[in-house]
Amino acid sequence: MKALVAIKRVVDYNIQVRVKADGSDVDIDGVKMGVNPFDENAIEEAIRLKEKGIVTEIVAVTIGGAANQDILRHALAMGADRAMLVETQDTLHSLGVAKVLKAVVEREQPQLILLGKQAIDDDAGQTGQMLAALLKLPQATYASQITIEGNQATVVREIDGGTQTLAVSLPAVITADLRLNEPRYVKLPNLMMARKKPLENVPLETLNVSVTHNVQQLKVATPPARPAGIMVKDVNELLSKLRTHEGIIG
Amino acid sequence: MRTLIIAEHDGQHLNEQVARAVTAAQQWQQPVDVLIAAAQPDALAAQAAALQGVSSVLVASDAALQHPTAEHLADIIVPLAANYTVVLAAHSAFSKNVLPRVAALLDVNMLSDVLEIVNANTYVRGIYAGNVLATVQSSDAIQVLTVRGSKFAAAAAGATAEVKTITAPAAPEGSRWVAEAFNKSERPALTAAKVVVSGGRALGSADAFAQVIAPLADKLHAAIGASRAAVDAGYAPNDLQVGQTGVVVAPELYIAVGISGAIQHAYGMKDSKVVVAINQDPEAQIFKIADYGLVADLFEVVPQLTAAL
Repeated sequence: MKALVAIKRVVDYNIQVRVKADGSDVDIDGVKMGVNPFDENAIEEAIRLKEKGIVTEIVAVTIGGAANQDILRHALAMGADRAMLVETQDTLHSLGVAKVLKAVVEREQPQLILLGKQAIDDDAGQTGQMLAALLKLPQATYASQITIEGNQATVVREIDGGTQTLAVSLPAVITADLRLNEPRYVKLPNLMMARKKPLENVPLETLNVSVTHNVQQLKVATPPARPAGIMVKDVNELLSKLRTHEGIIG
Repeated sequence: MRTLIIAEHDGQHLNEQVARAVTAAQQWQQPVDVLIAAAQPDALAAQAAALQGVSSVLVASDAALQHPTAEHLADIIVPLAANYTVVLAAHSAFSKNVLPRVAALLDVNMLSDVLEIVNANTYVRGIYAGNVLATVQSSDAIQVLTVRGSKFAAAAAGATAEVKTITAPAAPEGSRWVAEAFNKSERPALTAAKVVVSGGRALGSADAFAQVIAPLADKLHAAIGASRAAVDAGYAPNDLQVGQTGVVVAPELYIAVGISGAIQHAYGMKDSKVVVAINQDPEAQIFKIADYGLVADLFEVVPQLTAAL
C-alpha cells in the first residue's frame, strides 16, 4: 500500500525563538530549521512499515516556499521514495493545510496517511484530525504503536492517564507521538542518494484549493518571566521557607 | 446565540476541568449549554446541571458512547452547531482529538489551548512551547476552541439547569474502540493535584524513580510527574510526562527533582504557584524558573525532605 507522510519545516527544537522588536511576529531569520520532530516519527514509521513489506511506496509532502526542499530531502534520505512540495508563499493555518493535503490525498490515493501529532512552532495539533474530517476518514491520533493487518490498522494511542487502542479501517489518518519509534539518523551516502530521488514541485494554484485567512495574528509577546527565586542551602531552610513564606506545607 | 461546552467524563464522573470551561464560557455573556454524550448519562447530566452558569444540559445517549470515538462525537456535535456561536472544551487529550474534527466539518478554524479570552473572537495562546504568547483573532462565524483549564477558576455547584435529551446519530463505521489501559494510582490526577513531585533523568533508573519520588509524593498527597527524558529512559510511564507534548500542570507547589528544565518541560509547569528545584548542577535551567533552588545530591536530600515532613 501507498503511504503519504505530511511533514512541516519548523525552528529546531533546541532554539529559543525571540520576538521581533515591533511585536509583529517571532524573528526566525537565520535560525536553524528542520523537520518537526513528530513528523520525523511519522516518516520513520512509514519506513518501518515498508521494511516489513506492508507499505510499498512512501510519498513525503510539505507545503511552503522553496526552502522546504531541505526537509523533503531529509525524508528521502531517511527512506521515502519520492517527495512533493506544494509551493506557496502564503502562510496557512491548520484548516488551510488540511484542505491542501486533502487535494494531495485525492491525487495520490494513499491507503495510509501519516502526520506528526503537532508542530512544535504553533503547537496547534489540529491538522491530522482536520484532514481526516475533510476526507471523511477514520482518525487515530497520538499513536505510540501501529499494527497493520489487511485493511485495518490497530493503533495504541497515548491519552490522559494511560493508553487507548483503536481499530481503524484503511484508508485512515494516523498522527504520531514521540514514543512511536526512534527516528533513524541520516547517513551521508543516503543524503547523496536522496538527491537522485524524485522531488516534484506543485504550485498551490494548480490544486484548486480555496483557503481562507480567518485567523489573524495580531501581535506576539514574550511571557512575563517568573520573578527570580532564591537558593537555599539545605532541606531545613527549604522547609522553613515553604512553611513561613508560602504557608503551603503544614 | 449560545455557547456549547463539550464535557469530558469517565462514564461516571464529570472531569473537573468541565467546571473551569464553564467559567471560561461566561466571557461571551450568552447562555451556556453543556453536552453530555454517554452510554449512561443521567448522573453525569445531574453533575453538569449543578454547575452555576450552565443554562441547559444536552444529553446524547447511545450504547457506543461507553467508549466514544472522535468520529461519533463529531457527528453528534456538528448538527448542534447551527445553534451556537461558540463551541469549547477544556484542553486535554480528549478535546484536542475531537474538536479539530468538529471545526473542519464546520469549515472553521480552531484555537487550541487558549490561555486568555480577550474578547468574543480574540485570544492569547502560547506558541513555541509557550515561549511566545500570540494574540490571535478569528473572524469565523463559529468560534471553536479549547481552553487551558488552570487559567480559569472552577464554576461552583449548587444550581439546577434544565436537562434536554437530544438524538444521537449511530456511531459511524470505520473506527472501533478496542481497549483502554489506565495506569492505576491512588494519587490525585496530575492536572488536578495541588502538589506535584516530578522526577527527571538524574534519578538514573525506574527503581530509583519509584524509591525516591514516590515516598515524597505520598507525604505531600501529591501527583507524580516526570520530564520527557525520564519517560524516554523508561523511568516513568508516559502519561506522567509534564511539558509541551505531555500534560500542563499549575499546582500550588511543584517540586522538580533532578530535572534540567528544558524549555519543553518548563512549558508544562511554569504556571505553578511555587516551584522548588533540586538538582546537582548549579547551572541547570530549572533554577531560573524556581522560587527555591537547592543544589544538592537528590539521593541525599529528597529522603531528608521526606523524613522531615
